[in-house]
Amino acid sequence: MITGALRQTGRLFALSAEVSRAIFKRPFQFREFVEQFWFLASVTILPAALVSIPFGAVIALQVGSLTQQLGAQSFTGGASVLAVVQQASPLIVALLISGAGGSAICADLGSRTIREELDAMEVMGVSPVQRLVVPRVLAAMGVAVLLNGLVSVVGILGGYFFNVYLQDGTPGAYLSSFSSLAQLPDLYVSELKAVIFGFIAGIVAAYRGLNPRGGPKGVGDAVNQSVVITFLLLFFVNMVITGVYLQIVPPKGG
Amino acid sequence: MGIEVVVEGLTKSFGKQNIWQDVTLTLPAGEVSVMLGPSGTGKTVFLKSLIGLLKPDRGRVLINGVDMVNSPEREIFETRKLFGLMFQDGALFGSMSLFDNIAFPLREHTRKKEAEIRRIVMERIEVVGLLGAERKLPGEISGGMRKRAGLARALVLDPQIILCDEPDSGLDPVRTAYLSQLLIDLNAQIDATMLIVTHNLDIAATVPDNMGMLFRRELVTFGPRELLLTSEEPVVAQFLAGRREGPIGMSEEKDAAALAAEAADPRTRANTPREIVPQLEPSPGLPARRAAARRRERVLGMLDRLPPAARAAIERTYASAPTAPAMPLPAAGSGS
Repeated sequence: MITGALRQTGRLFALSAEVSRAIFKRPFQFREFVEQFWFLASVTILPAALVSIPFGAVIALQVGSLTQQLGAQSFTGGASVLAVVQQASPLIVALLISGAGGSAICADLGSRTIREELDAMEVMGVSPVQRLVVPRVLAAMGVAVLLNGLVSVVGILGGYFFNVYLQDGTPGAYLSSFSSLAQLPDLYVSELKAVIFGFIAGIVAAYRGLNPRGGPKGVGDAVNQSVVITFLLLFFVNMVITGVYLQIVPPKGG
Repeated sequence: MGIEVVVEGLTKSFGKQNIWQDVTLTLPAGEVSVMLGPSGTGKTVFLKSLIGLLKPDRGRVLINGVDMVNSPEREIFETRKLFGLMFQDGALFGSMSLFDNIAFPLREHTRKKEAEIRRIVMERIEVVGLLGAERKLPGEISGGMRKRAGLARALVLDPQIILCDEPDSGLDPVRTAYLSQLLIDLNAQIDATMLIVTHNLDIAATVPDNMGMLFRRELVTFGPRELLLTSEEPVVAQFLAGRREGPIGMSEEKDAAALAAEAADPRTRANTPREIVPQLEPSPGLPARRAAARRRERVLGMLDRLPPAARAAIERTYASAPTAPAMPLPAAGSGS
């Protein structure tokens, strides 16, 4: 049981290493990359925007009500923006990339595997990792970074709207607390998280897709597992990155 | 000219289940070999091990000095370009048209111009008789057509080793006979080493130079076709005759009690001797198979090590026809 889990983990890392190496190998599959990028973007942009409005609003409302009780109402803007940019946005992006994009990647690779298409490719001396997995992982990372920007902006706008119009906050306080608490590294770490989460979502989806167990049912299970595994990994990695970030980057307000 | 494939002590298990062990044989360069075996004896696994898709537990597969089992990944990938593998159900890329499928290896591995690619692909499509279907997707054509498209794709890079995984499954007897002829014609044209994995008796009787048989987790025999066709080995004899009486049972092996009961039954001893059908010749107009001359040399050289029946059969083969006349297609479906 434990050795089984360790073996899976090891093979997952081995695939990550192989993909990282294959990224720099020519020829780069540009066409496949563009197609996958377009596909991922098209299935994630709209849901991401729709999710981020209520998410930004919820944070704004919650933080707003809390700060109101503490008498620190003027800091609502800064606090909710930081929560959106640093935590909510990368996670929303990752959940969507994995849930909407990763599941499709996993199902696609999985059904190709059981139809022996990938075997056929290998027989023809073409590495499926370089040909299929690398473009998908890179597309997931790229879309994650760009989507992260979108979600941050939409989330902040949502928070602003709810704070100013529903909680009677003032636009001035919202913006000035924002600039007094937030700093550029907050944005950097947010984008860094997005890149890493995109990588994880892509790798896990590809790994489960390349190793489905037994027939069409196995592909279904693989898709299911890939999403669950990605979520578990994401929240864990997020915790580690946040912990490290809070240790090494001094907060601006202090 | 084709390349010799040397297999030494190959052993493969899945978990605790041993598939076959200590398989040792040599596919002579440019000759056509057939690997027989009842369903479920690991014939496809053997094929995939040759090409390095599955990793055997022990043993070596030597091709041009590269060990397909233990060599570095990069060398294995390079060596794979010498192979053409025809998968059981074609293994075509579902999202590409037949044309793009067949053009895939060319686009990946050569810098040929699109016009040149088109010429080669259409030529191969014509060879396998799929003209007019090149714009179709694999999902829109029949199983037999998918198979032939898979063969065409295996051929575009002019492979020196061609592996066919059950080329007959899902084909009617007539198409199987045409496919047999196609394989022999191909061998005459490109002189590639070929290994066909099958349990089709017509193919086994008419196509190969050499035959082998896998049963009970090992290689029963491998050698010139006459060796198996005249073999007294119960497994081989039962298989080639397509009888129920013998060591092969419905679930791979029979138990001892059933075998003893069979041996006691006088009817099962009525064993008609098989006659050896002449091997197929290339279609008229094609060059003679260069492998045939090499094989003659080789087989005559090993004559004194063969059992008497096989020796006699080989002597008959080479005595009757120094340059054998072109044979018409055999009556299809006569074997089973």
